[in-house]
Amino acid sequence: MRADQRRAAALVRRVVLYLALCVLAAPFVIPTVWMITSSFKPLNEIFQVPPSLFAAQPSWDAYAEAFSFQPFARQYFNSVYIAIVVTVVTMIVSSLAGYAFARIRFVGSNVLFLVVLVGLLVPSEVTIVPLFQMFKGWGMINTHWPLILVTALAGPCVLATFIMRQFFLTLPVELEEAARLDGLGRPAIWWRIALPLAGPALSAVAILTFLSSWNLYLEPTVYLTSPELFTLPQALTRFTDAYGGEMWNVQLAAATMTVVPVLVVFLIAQRQFVEGLAHSGLKG
Amino acid sequence: MTAPTLVDTRGGMSADVPPRGPLPQRLFWTTGRRDALTGYLFILPQLIGVLVFVIVPVGLGVFYSMNDWNIFTGKMQFVGGEHYAAALSDPQLPAVLAATAAFSGGVVVLNIGLGLLLAVLLNRRFRGVTLFRTLFFSPVVVSVVAWTLVWGFLLQDNGGINAVLEAVGIPGANWLQQGSTAMLAVVFTQVVRSVGINMILFLAALQGVPGELYEAARIDGARPRTIFFRITLPLISPTLLLTAIITIVGALQAFAQIAVLTEGGPGLSTTVLVYYVYQQAFAFNDIGYGSTLALMLLSFVLLLTLLQWQLRKKWVFYES
Repeated sequence: MRADQRRAAALVRRVVLYLALCVLAAPFVIPTVWMITSSFKPLNEIFQVPPSLFAAQPSWDAYAEAFSFQPFARQYFNSVYIAIVVTVVTMIVSSLAGYAFARIRFVGSNVLFLVVLVGLLVPSEVTIVPLFQMFKGWGMINTHWPLILVTALAGPCVLATFIMRQFFLTLPVELEEAARLDGLGRPAIWWRIALPLAGPALSAVAILTFLSSWNLYLEPTVYLTSPELFTLPQALTRFTDAYGGEMWNVQLAAATMTVVPVLVVFLIAQRQFVEGLAHSGLKG
Repeated sequence: MTAPTLVDTRGGMSADVPPRGPLPQRLFWTTGRRDALTGYLFILPQLIGVLVFVIVPVGLGVFYSMNDWNIFTGKMQFVGGEHYAAALSDPQLPAVLAATAAFSGGVVVLNIGLGLLLAVLLNRRFRGVTLFRTLFFSPVVVSVVAWTLVWGFLLQDNGGINAVLEAVGIPGANWLQQGSTAMLAVVFTQVVRSVGINMILFLAALQGVPGELYEAARIDGARPRTIFFRITLPLISPTLLLTAIITIVGALQAFAQIAVLTEGGPGLSTTVLVYYVYQQAFAFNDIGYGSTLALMLLSFVLLLTLLQWQLRKKWVFYES
């Protein structure tokens, strides 16, 4: 009898937990689902009352229109290649610096590390006005250089360097000592011993950097003026008709397409990502 | 070490063996020195990046803030503290600062509170726990602008939220056009998109808490609440500090959400400092005043970070 009651109480608790989680999850999930399903609807069906979740007659029209309305393929390519270049450069730069700060003794390393950390605290909006003037002086306005250079070497890269340093601090020194006895120099130790072990930290760095490049909005808005140079976040806000009215179905189709590359990056790096965060000193 | 010799002592093909370097150089390049040089070379790209793209611009920003810059004629005129005085008497600034405080405060409290709640709920083992973790994390995959556009649609007067409310018989609101609800909408949209990252960080931290501690506490008859506040919270406090810093800096930087969802309106109700800086510098071309406001933003970030860093001694617990 007692055991029965206890089992019933456990069941009730479990049902309550699931219900609470489902209610909590609704605002997290419904917008994405709605974004995807509505991109297959004609415009009038999007505004239908009561709203429907699925299209009555799904069509790919909005997807085709996204490509014909503005140079969307080009903008898509811009975002993808910039994010990839930024991610690769950041992985190299941050793992070099992170390794040096964690493992190599040199005069002033603590002070220089503090200097680098300043890059983590200064919001990009603080530097955007002077940076605009600097890039203007270098003739780089309306090019992709500002988006690549600043993202790959400053802001997000500093967080990456911090993560890499924390990770390398946890690697056993004995591994390197053994390698040194075998006659390997520092660059070889970094490349052949440290990096292969840093998979989890590197994938955390890869995901965070890819995301921050992918989500840039203020920078492209400030630096770019030609539509064929735009990146996706900028392009997404430009789907308006001749009267300034928003072409919602086209916008939603375009927005849906922007999810794909991030999903791919996550599928590649996801498993190591969580492990990487757990190992890089971000845990308690 | 023997002196270098051109005679190959190993015998045989001496012509193929290059002569060793001269002695003085070998002594200078000790392992320690070579190591230090490698260290400097390794950090060089990162250091240059921070110097050129962060520290120099901050310095330039200070310079701009003390000058009047006519961008059409390119003429620069030194005005000293005039822009700072202008900021003090700017009739719009109090509203902007209030909006900044409301937005950042709301985002930080909800982001950390909800992130911790979700992490604790999803740190147990039950059927479907991985699915729920993925669901709460999923908005991170959707780009900020796409996510904001969708919420903008759902929240507009004839959008999905009101349609659902209408179907249930509750009168909706014109969420984005009313001063009282626009800020709520912006905060909500931002929190739902980004809380997944905090949840993952907290989950990683929770999984690092040794199980023996929980067992010991349970054997001692501690209640779940006591266990949470006495064991869990202190042990994950370093993560709490880090996420607090990241979330505050991130909240003070939110631009895309505001620009896409409300454009700072209605009135100034959602014009946060970052958006105001952008307006002054790039819409009104007032580089000097924009730079002054940007430095104000920087001082807030530094002040808050410093404050947290000092306070950490009071509440952050380090095992060692």
